[in-house]
Amino acid sequence: MKMALFFPELFLLLSCLVIFLLTLGRMSSSTVRNITAALSVIAFFICGGSLRLEGDLFFNAYRIDLFSQFFKLLITGGVAVLLLFSRELKGIEENVRTEYYLFLLLSALGLVMLVSSVELLSIFVALELSSYALYLLVPMRDDHGGLREQMEAGIKYILFGVVATGVMLFGMSYLFGLTGTTYLSELVPAMNQLIASPAAIVGIALVMGGFFFKLGLFPFHFWLPDVYQGASNETTAFIASVPKLGAVALLIRVATLAAPSAATLVNLLMILAVASMFYGNLIALVQKDIKRMLAFSGIAHAGYVILGIITLKDTGFATAMYYITGYMLMNLACFLVICNVSAKGENLAISDLTGLYKRAPLLAFTLAVGMFALAGIPPFVGFMGKFMLLAGALREGYLTLVILAAINTAISIYYYLSVVRISYCTDPEERPAVAVAPLTQIISIGLVLIIIIMGVMPAAVVDIATAAVRGIM
Amino acid sequence: MHDFLIMNTLGYPILSLLVFLPLAGVIPLLILKNDEAAKYWTLVITLVIAVVSLPLYFKFDRTTALYQFGEHHAWIPMWDINYTLGIDGISLLLILLTTLLMPLCVLCSWRYITTRVRPFLACLLIMETSMLGVFMSLDFVLFYILWEAMLIPMYLLIAIWGGPRKVYASIKFFLYTLAGSVLLLVAIIALYMKNGTFSIPMMMGQDYSSVFQIYVFLAFFLAFAIKVPMFPFHTWLPAAHVEAPTAGSVVLASVLLKMGTYGFLRFCLPITPEASITFMPFILWLSIAGIIYGGFTALAQQDMKKLIAYSSVGHMGFVTLGIFVFNAQGIEGAILQMINHGVTTGALFILVGMIYERTHSRELALAAGVGKFMPVYVIFLGFFSLSSLAFPGTNSFIGEFLVLAGAFTKTKIIAACAIPGAVLAAAYMLRMLQKVVWGGTDNPDQSYLSDLNIREIITLAPLLLFVLWIGLNPGPFMDVMHTSVNHLIQQVGIADADPQGMVEVANLVIPQ
Repeated sequence: MKMALFFPELFLLLSCLVIFLLTLGRMSSSTVRNITAALSVIAFFICGGSLRLEGDLFFNAYRIDLFSQFFKLLITGGVAVLLLFSRELKGIEENVRTEYYLFLLLSALGLVMLVSSVELLSIFVALELSSYALYLLVPMRDDHGGLREQMEAGIKYILFGVVATGVMLFGMSYLFGLTGTTYLSELVPAMNQLIASPAAIVGIALVMGGFFFKLGLFPFHFWLPDVYQGASNETTAFIASVPKLGAVALLIRVATLAAPSAATLVNLLMILAVASMFYGNLIALVQKDIKRMLAFSGIAHAGYVILGIITLKDTGFATAMYYITGYMLMNLACFLVICNVSAKGENLAISDLTGLYKRAPLLAFTLAVGMFALAGIPPFVGFMGKFMLLAGALREGYLTLVILAAINTAISIYYYLSVVRISYCTDPEERPAVAVAPLTQIISIGLVLIIIIMGVMPAAVVDIATAAVRGIM
Repeated sequence: MHDFLIMNTLGYPILSLLVFLPLAGVIPLLILKNDEAAKYWTLVITLVIAVVSLPLYFKFDRTTALYQFGEHHAWIPMWDINYTLGIDGISLLLILLTTLLMPLCVLCSWRYITTRVRPFLACLLIMETSMLGVFMSLDFVLFYILWEAMLIPMYLLIAIWGGPRKVYASIKFFLYTLAGSVLLLVAIIALYMKNGTFSIPMMMGQDYSSVFQIYVFLAFFLAFAIKVPMFPFHTWLPAAHVEAPTAGSVVLASVLLKMGTYGFLRFCLPITPEASITFMPFILWLSIAGIIYGGFTALAQQDMKKLIAYSSVGHMGFVTLGIFVFNAQGIEGAILQMINHGVTTGALFILVGMIYERTHSRELALAAGVGKFMPVYVIFLGFFSLSSLAFPGTNSFIGEFLVLAGAFTKTKIIAACAIPGAVLAAAYMLRMLQKVVWGGTDNPDQSYLSDLNIREIITLAPLLLFVLWIGLNPGPFMDVMHTSVNHLIQQVGIADADPQGMVEVANLVIPQ
């Protein structure tokens, strides 16, 4: 019955093979899209069904537990939502659309494997599987502007990505050198003995660096704005939401190496969090392109998530999981609007949302909810997440950090609000109405509802997250 | 287990009903396609809410300072966050004021709002839910969520249905109030760390260190002073008022501003009594500054709405003055003055809105001499203006008198400094009244103006009733608050007796 444990991954792998076969034929891209979307929805339900499974595979390098299954559910769910609302791939070149779906699913498969990996080398392999698929997605955008900015973005992404991976590998070599093992389960007790030594801290910090890159935390953030801008809207929607889940999952796993206390590491993370928040929020204030704005907001949110990691406690980790779940939903809501408003897959300036309330009332509402939620205004999920992060950090005594984070909330509200203002308080002038497919309407209503429900009743998700985290500590 | 709460015995959860009825009222608005039907529906639901709230007054136990009609449900067990509702003598009248005003807000928007009517009504109803919730909640997280969530509908009210500078005004409003309350959240969490609970009553009367109290008080103060708004945090108010639609102005002036002063009463005084006493002199002087400043700026306004907005700064100065003299007269006067300001200023904003609907201008010069053609209108305007300047026989007289009496018992200098504010109020209100009723020899042609119709009279009549009722017989309104106010003074008094040296400092700044 061991195969049952591996069933979600197997299903995704088979899906990839199916789509690979489709790339050989001449099927229309909309059919491929429908097939991919259907496969991803099935994968989501399979993950839901295997939520409570538990077990070890592949010489204990691969662990199935609530923690990994929770993230798998979110990852496949995010991909399914993304595929359902990005109707036709407007920004992707006609002749590579089928391949696009292949790499998208491969990247999701990599992430799904990543969250289950509990051995350094399998972590590395899974991470690279997901990353390389992503590197390919970025330059697949059509060259409508003639500036080849998607190539620039692709090169930036892969160069920074490879460097970050190198940093991570270097850190892994430290961990292996210190302990002689690559299994996290054996590393945890060994590292607890060694945590005071500088080499151990350097090792952990460097390994974390690889995931900081995925999360877009300062100073590993340089790729974010350019990649967000250069990649097509759908690709950005994926990069902005789903891989960050994997990054947080692995940051939590690595942080358990340092638990229960590691003052130096915590100080380091604190500095990065504060720098990230201020850098992201201050630069987002002056952005004109909405994807760039969301990129900088993403950098700031990476800083907030770190607030949960530095507590090095199960409640803090659970809050970080809750927050990143909410963040994915809020981001998906915003990108749903962006993908649908963009007529030919071009980038949107914030001013292109002018009069959106008349052109597409539902999209304007979804965008407003997404923005207010990102800003951390109740009753949305962003507030509850931020509240619990601040409360958790203050419980550990990081008062200054909490005050700085609170101030950042006040800074960030301006740029989120100006998006709402543009879409609600201006007349559309000559801009055309936006047609929204019924399925997209359902998804956007669903996202709004989940964002509100998770914000008002966080207990269910937090409980699962807490149970999941307790399982790995 | 909850010794601060008397559980609800009415047989139905009246407070939850009040909070969620408006929210439930939004759902038909999503389905209805007809704007007229939507207006009637909203009017009916707000009236129903007003009726549902009446038992609060009649069944209210005036002999206890505990929180009544209590409801308590676990909400987020992990953080010990509960859904706790309850009201006492301080919040009772504010809740009734809110439920009274909402139908009038719908009525006064009947013709004023012509575009996107249904979203407008939905915003009003969501506002009502969060406003009532703020006054009822006894859990700090619940309070904060509603306190912040209110910004969204209020922002939309100004930003979508506002005047020409709505974008500037709405963003200023949002940023100002949000920036004020982010540190409130930190203070709330800090209090949670000390007590292990988010229950507001359980945070009161604890033995916090002086330094802790001062930090918490400052965070509270920033949030509430911006909301009141106290001088010098008032600059968002005239902008927001001038641009907001009539109903928005009414809600803003009558209810939202009260949340600041309610915050002082509910949180600052009982939770951080020692710090309240430490900062008392500064707040008293800021109140005086607000009274004088509001008066002088109102005197100089040409725009009627701005005039009333600045007069609000002055009136709210009286309220904070009354709160921080820490005696029964002062605080009761302040609470009554909160209600009075809600009634009177709300009515004045409705009156300005009526002129605006007719002339499409709020310029005092353009509204000169309408008395000849709108006799009923100026009768109402006359009464409410007199009420605003605290003329004997009207509601504000009682409130202001009590506040001043309280201030005189506390310290004569402060009270003496507040007197010019009362004179200024007479000056700017009478100036407006004179101009609008009679004008001069060069009045613009007003002959096209029609007088108030039945709907408009119905909108104003209940407010006029309360102006005279409170003015002539304040007893029924005062006796609900006695016990709670005395309890509050005891809570502060515990710290007052504390020989911490803080009181001496206070006495240095204010000579007795």
